[in-house]
Amino acid sequence: MTIPTNSDSTRTEGGVDTQLLPSPVPVQLIDHHGEAHSDARYALPDPRALLAGYARLISGRRINDQANALVRQGRLAVYPSSHGQEACQVSAALVLQSQDWLFPTYRDTVAVITRGVDPLEVFTLLRGDWHSGYDPYELHVAPQATPLATQLLHAVGVAHAAKLRGEDTVVLALCGDGATSEGDFHEALNFAAVFHVPVVFFVQNNEYAISVPLKNQSVAPSLAHKAIGYGMPGERVDGNDLAALLSVLGAAVDHARSGGGPALIEAHTYRMQAHTNADDATRYRPAEDVDKWIPKDPISRLRTYLRGLSLLDDAVEEQFAADAEALAASIRAGLNADVEVDPQELFAHVYTQKTAQLREQADLLRDELSREAVQP
Amino acid sequence: MTQISERAAAPVEAPVQPADPSAAESSAAAQSAATAVTFAKALNTALADAMAADSSVLMFGEDVGPLGGVFRITDGLTARFGPGRCFDTPLAEAGIMGMAVGMAMNGMRPVVEMQFDAFAYPAFEQVVSHVAKLPNRTKGRVLLPMVIRIPYAGGIGGVEHHCDSSESYYAHTPGLTVLAPATVRDAYLMLREAIASPDPVVFLEPKKLYWSKEVVDLGELRRTFEDGSAPRTIGSAVVARSGTDATLIAYGPSVPTAMAAAAAAAEEGRSLEVIDVRSLVPFDDETVCASVRRTGRAVVIAETPGFASVAAEIVARVQERCFHSLAAPVRRVTGFDIPYPAPKLEHHFLPSVDRILDTVDELQWEDGQ
Repeated sequence: MTIPTNSDSTRTEGGVDTQLLPSPVPVQLIDHHGEAHSDARYALPDPRALLAGYARLISGRRINDQANALVRQGRLAVYPSSHGQEACQVSAALVLQSQDWLFPTYRDTVAVITRGVDPLEVFTLLRGDWHSGYDPYELHVAPQATPLATQLLHAVGVAHAAKLRGEDTVVLALCGDGATSEGDFHEALNFAAVFHVPVVFFVQNNEYAISVPLKNQSVAPSLAHKAIGYGMPGERVDGNDLAALLSVLGAAVDHARSGGGPALIEAHTYRMQAHTNADDATRYRPAEDVDKWIPKDPISRLRTYLRGLSLLDDAVEEQFAADAEALAASIRAGLNADVEVDPQELFAHVYTQKTAQLREQADLLRDELSREAVQP
Repeated sequence: MTQISERAAAPVEAPVQPADPSAAESSAAAQSAATAVTFAKALNTALADAMAADSSVLMFGEDVGPLGGVFRITDGLTARFGPGRCFDTPLAEAGIMGMAVGMAMNGMRPVVEMQFDAFAYPAFEQVVSHVAKLPNRTKGRVLLPMVIRIPYAGGIGGVEHHCDSSESYYAHTPGLTVLAPATVRDAYLMLREAIASPDPVVFLEPKKLYWSKEVVDLGELRRTFEDGSAPRTIGSAVVARSGTDATLIAYGPSVPTAMAAAAAAAEEGRSLEVIDVRSLVPFDDETVCASVRRTGRAVVIAETPGFASVAAEIVARVQERCFHSLAAPVRRVTGFDIPYPAPKLEHHFLPSVDRILDTVDELQWEDGQ
């Protein structure tokens, strides 16, 4: 990704600035055999950073497995798993500084937890206690978005406000390949480019929008190619290569932080599991298609690489696994405990002060519940 | 009468019809700065005063920058406050709305203009799914102090998509405050209050009233708003004209029509009270019902198609609360349940003085008193 220097327009006398175009093939720094490759534009991250990232991949995979299990046990209503996409999840959180903002979707639970949000507060949504359970201001993480692409505009607004105040804030906004068909995706990229605000749009292209494959969403050369249409740089990256993701996303974040404006990054990955536990993926894709992605797993290649460097051995792996298991145990324990939900809270946050009508309705419900309480 | 707050005791507001400027000059005391002011100028002044008082107040939308908006409501704001505070956006309403949500999340108080009622519909998802719900979603941790200004309703001979009465869509959505001022004084005070509100406000500006005038002292309005002495308008209806025989309940563009109907009825010996609802959400049941309980009869007047509308909701609320005081069913005079008509036909659609008086005549006077 080469950075345009003219912040006003990428239209030049000589024609279109093709430097905005992404790489012809996704950037890859560590292939699925665990071998590193040099890239003229993107440096391989420090091995210590990759080791730390590897630990987060192990935790992320464990969170996905644990959440799926909790759905089967009835503790969570549903879980959209990011199994296979953990490198995207981890890198999205790790490239940001504390003052930056993350705008996640429903599939980005692992990214939110990697950013540091209490897992039990994250799972408030999926266990059905409330629509969002954490304070977005505490770690600058927006509520996980359920509608597609609408949150990208909020990301633009947060970045725009920060820019107007001269703050050093970058916003990283996540969405999937299906969301790029939405009008709000277009409007968000256009607004970000026109107002030249520090947003990195990070598309996890996992090839499916529930059942619909990417070829039915878009016939663009790649999703990252859409960037040039907005006058911002686009880049494609192997979405299962944590090293490439950290390098490419890190460059885009640095670029935005230095006043260079927004960028669009497309990660090529794969949704290894169904859309959610309520979905049946066998109805729309053969198991062999999924199997092709098993060797490309983000964890196995980094494991091979780090073992090759002797940074990872059995003892370290056991420690990482134990840490992940402890996290899973705490999630299990927290979600197995029943939480009281106060029905009066239904009326408490619609407006900053209850309207007369909501006071009446709150009283009605309170009265109903008190009568139920005295009945056998 | 005791149920009517101090609002009712306040002087009855001047009719919204354009005032005679010479009369304004002659009646204004020498030390008063009261002049004939248009509804549009009051809104413009409210925006400028709010932006001067609070640097987090921003104004953006389509053509609101150097042009000053297609109705000139933002005239002069970019020149005075700079392009960072009042600016044009790309032509995309969902984009405007969604960006405003993010700005409000991050410490700003954005005011957005939707240009025309029907042009706000592309932003509908952002309004319904996020503006209205994000504070509740986050248990009040994220507040959205933002104002959605919508030039709305008809009576201006506009082409299709320029005359919709869209209030019922917004009023139906929990989480939104929905305001519709009808007087120049309220235009100023209610917009200031909307901008100061911690909750998101849909602010409906009746287009046909933009050029109406009223003698007001904008400096005095500014002072009373900023020192807190101006009565609050959100959640409060006002008695726009006192009467004893029946209550006309109106808001926004229908208030002047109701006032004209009350004036005509007075000539025929019938005393009609006019309630200006002005705050559709929250709705002031107390003031509306106090009036209807006194008069025993009510007609709700609104431009919107009546089916499943704010007018329908008002009728239902009044029937539920005032049943034993009613001498006749509560009636409605609304637009027909049709798409907004072409200019040559809109006068058939809009509530008129005659249609209001005909409806008042049908309120079972022979049975009651």
